[in-house]
Amino acid sequence: MRTQKPFKSAAALAAAAALGLAACSTPDSDESVPGVTDDTVTIGTHQPLTGPAAAGYATISAATAAYFEYVNANGGINGREIEYLVKDDGYDPSATQSAVRELVTEEKVFAIVNGLGTPTHSAVLDYLDQQSVPDLFVSSGSLTWNQPDVYENTFAFNADYVTEGAALAQYAVDQQPDAKICVLGQDDDYGDGIIEGVETVLGSNAVTDVQVYSTSAEDLTAQMGAMMAAGCEVNVLGTINGFTAMAVGTAAQMEWFPKWYVSSSGADYPTLAGYLGADLAPQLLQGMVSVNYLPFSPDGEWVALFEEINAEYNDGAPFTGNTVFGMSVGYLFAEALAAAGDDPTRESLVAAIESGDLVGNGIVPLSFAEGDHAAYRSVGITVVNEGVQDYVGTTYEVGAGSVSAVEPNPVPLANEGIPGS
Amino acid sequence: MKTLLRALLITLLAIGGTFALDPFRNYQLALAAACFAAVAGLTVLVGLTGQLSLGHAVLMAAGGYGFAFAASAVDGPWPLALLAGLAAAAVVSGLLGLLLGAAAARLRGPYLAGLTLALVIALPAAANTLPLGGDQGAPAPFFPVPEALAALIAVEQWHAWLAIVVAAIAVTPLVVLRSGSAGLRMRAVLDDETASRLSAVDPGAVKTGAFVASAVPAGLGGAVLAIATQQVTPGGYGLAFSLLLVVAAVIGGLGSIGGAAIGSVLVTVLPWLIDELAALAPDDLGRRLDGNLALLLFGAGLIALTTAWPGGAARLLDRLRAARPLRFATPSTTTER
Repeated sequence: MRTQKPFKSAAALAAAAALGLAACSTPDSDESVPGVTDDTVTIGTHQPLTGPAAAGYATISAATAAYFEYVNANGGINGREIEYLVKDDGYDPSATQSAVRELVTEEKVFAIVNGLGTPTHSAVLDYLDQQSVPDLFVSSGSLTWNQPDVYENTFAFNADYVTEGAALAQYAVDQQPDAKICVLGQDDDYGDGIIEGVETVLGSNAVTDVQVYSTSAEDLTAQMGAMMAAGCEVNVLGTINGFTAMAVGTAAQMEWFPKWYVSSSGADYPTLAGYLGADLAPQLLQGMVSVNYLPFSPDGEWVALFEEINAEYNDGAPFTGNTVFGMSVGYLFAEALAAAGDDPTRESLVAAIESGDLVGNGIVPLSFAEGDHAAYRSVGITVVNEGVQDYVGTTYEVGAGSVSAVEPNPVPLANEGIPGS
Repeated sequence: MKTLLRALLITLLAIGGTFALDPFRNYQLALAAACFAAVAGLTVLVGLTGQLSLGHAVLMAAGGYGFAFAASAVDGPWPLALLAGLAAAAVVSGLLGLLLGAAAARLRGPYLAGLTLALVIALPAAANTLPLGGDQGAPAPFFPVPEALAALIAVEQWHAWLAIVVAAIAVTPLVVLRSGSAGLRMRAVLDDETASRLSAVDPGAVKTGAFVASAVPAGLGGAVLAIATQQVTPGGYGLAFSLLLVVAAVIGGLGSIGGAAIGSVLVTVLPWLIDELAALAPDDLGRRLDGNLALLLFGAGLIALTTAWPGGAARLLDRLRAARPLRFATPSTTTER
C-alpha cells in the first residue's frame, strides 16, 4: 500500500522473495492430465444462473448435473465419476472471463462443456484455445464454434443459426408461398445468423422487414410496431426465450396475431409459458413453428428416461425443453468420454469427437468429423398444438446455400442412456 | 523524488509478490490493479474536490475501447501496440473527462451524480449505436509472455506484471498531484469557493482539471482490464460495477490512495470469496444462493463498515498507527451523515 513505510516495505519484499522461491505461477511441467484422476473426471461450464438470461436458461445446467448424477450412480464412465462444476456468469462476458479462468487455473478442469451464450463464450474462446482446453458442445448456434483450422478444440452443440433460419424460411415458403415474411433478430451473431439463413432461402430483397433488438433493451414496442405497419404475416424470430415471450406478448397487446417461426434457442414451450402465464400461453403460442434436433417428442423413449432422471436426481423440477437439452449435452459428453478410452487425455477426447463415431441422441445422427466441428446440419420442424410442442415429421438438411427435405433418422436409446461398456 | 522512489519500490514489491500467487490469484490481482487505478482517481476526485462521480466505469470503458481499437490497429512489435493502446486509452478517457469536467464545474452534488449516473445507463445504448461492437464488445489483442520469460512465468502472472506497472504509471502522478500545489487548490475550492476565488484560484478550472486528472487513471484502469481479459464489453462496465468503484473508494477512505488499494482488493476478492462460501452450502440451497448471496452480504457488510468506521480502511490504518493527524480534510457533502 502506498502509505507503507520504507522499512516495512523492505521486510515485505524479503518475505515476498522468500515466497517467490515457491513460484506457484510457474508453468506446469508435470505430465498428469488435468482434471482426470483414477476415479473422477472434473469438467466445468459457465451458465447464466443470475441476470437477464437466467429465467430462460438457468435450468439447463441443473438438468445436465442430474444426468451426470444418474451416470455416476450407475458406475460412471470407464469407472470414473463425472464431476460437473457450474459457474455463474450472469450472461455478462466479463464475468465469463473470470468464471472460466477460475475453472481452468483453480479447479483444473479436464474440459469446458456446454458454455452458454454467443457473446459470453466468444469472450473466452481465445483463452481456451491458448490453454489447449477442450471446449466442447458450446450452447449457442453461432458459426464461430465451427472453425477447426483456428480453434481446433472447440465444438458446437446447437444446430447453427443459419441452418435454423434457412429451415424456418423454407417451411414458411412451403406452407404459405405468398406470405410476407419478416425477421426480428438479436443484434449479435445469433440474430445475424437467423437473418442470413432466411435470406439464403428467400433472397435478400424478398424479406419484407428486418428488425433488431439488443439484450439490454427494455421492450420491443418499436420493433413490433414497425413489423405490424409493414404488414408482416410470418415473423421469423432469432430471439432468446425472454424476448420471444416479449415479442408475442407485445404483438398480442396490439391485437396483432401473425404466424411465429422461432429459432430453437427461443422457442421452448414450457419456458415461454412460464413467461406468458399458463392460461394465456396455449392461445398465444398456438401454431408456433420452431425447429429442433433433440429427442423431445412427449411419448419418446428418451423423454421417458429423462423424465425418470429428472424425478430422481433433479428434485422433480419442471420438465422443459431445457431439461432435454441439458441432459442431451450430458449424454453426448459421456459418449465422448467413453470413446476417449480407459485413460482419457485432452487429445484423445478431441480425437474421439473428430473420429465421427459419435451419434448423440438427436433426430438425426451427429455430423462431427475431422474438419467439421458442427453438431447438427439437419433440423426437424416442430409445431405447438393445444399446448403440446412436437415434431410434425418435416426435416430439412441445410447444405451450402441450399435446403433439402430429408427423412428423420432418430438415434435409438441404448443401454439405459449410459454410453460405453 | 521521494514519492517516485517509493512508487518504484512498491511496484517492485508487488511484482515480486506475484510469484507467491497462483495463476487465478494473479488474474484477480490484475483486476484489482485495474480497479485500483480507477478508484485512486475517483477517491481523489471525491475526497479532494467533493465532486461525486457515479460514472467512473464509463471512463474506464472509454479507456478500454481506446486501448482495444488502438492496440489492434498497430501492426508491429508488442511493446509498440501496448504503448499505442495505453496512449489512446489516456487520450480518450481524458477527453471524455474534460467534457464531463466542463459540466461538473457548473453542477454540484446530486446534479453531478445524476449526470454521471445517466452516462453509465447510456453506455449499453451507446455501444449498440456507435461502432463499438454492440453487446459483444470489441476484442483487445492478446499479449503472450515474452519468450525470455516463458519458462519462468504463466500468462496470468505476466498480465499481472503489466497491470501493476500500468497502475503504477496511472496512480503515481495522482500522488504527486495530491501532495502538491494542485492538491492544495482542490482543498481550497472544496472548503470555500468564494474564498478561493478571492485568492485567485478559479474553482471552475480546478474542478475541470481534477476531473481530467481523475479520468485518465480510470481510462488506464480500463486498458488494464482489456489487457487481462482481451475484451471490452458494455456489460462489464454496468451500473453495478460503477457503484462498486464508489464502494471501493468509500471502504478505503475517501481521499486516501492507500485506502483505494485496500478497497480495490476488497471489491475484487470479496464477491468471489462469498460465492465460494455459497458453494459450500448444500446443493439445492447453494444453487439458489449462487450469485445472489454475494450481493446481500456485500451490501450488509458495507453498511456495517461505514457505520463502524466512517473514515474507511485508511482511517482505521491511521488509528492503528497511533493516531497520526489526518492529512486531508473530510469532504462535507459525501461522508458526513
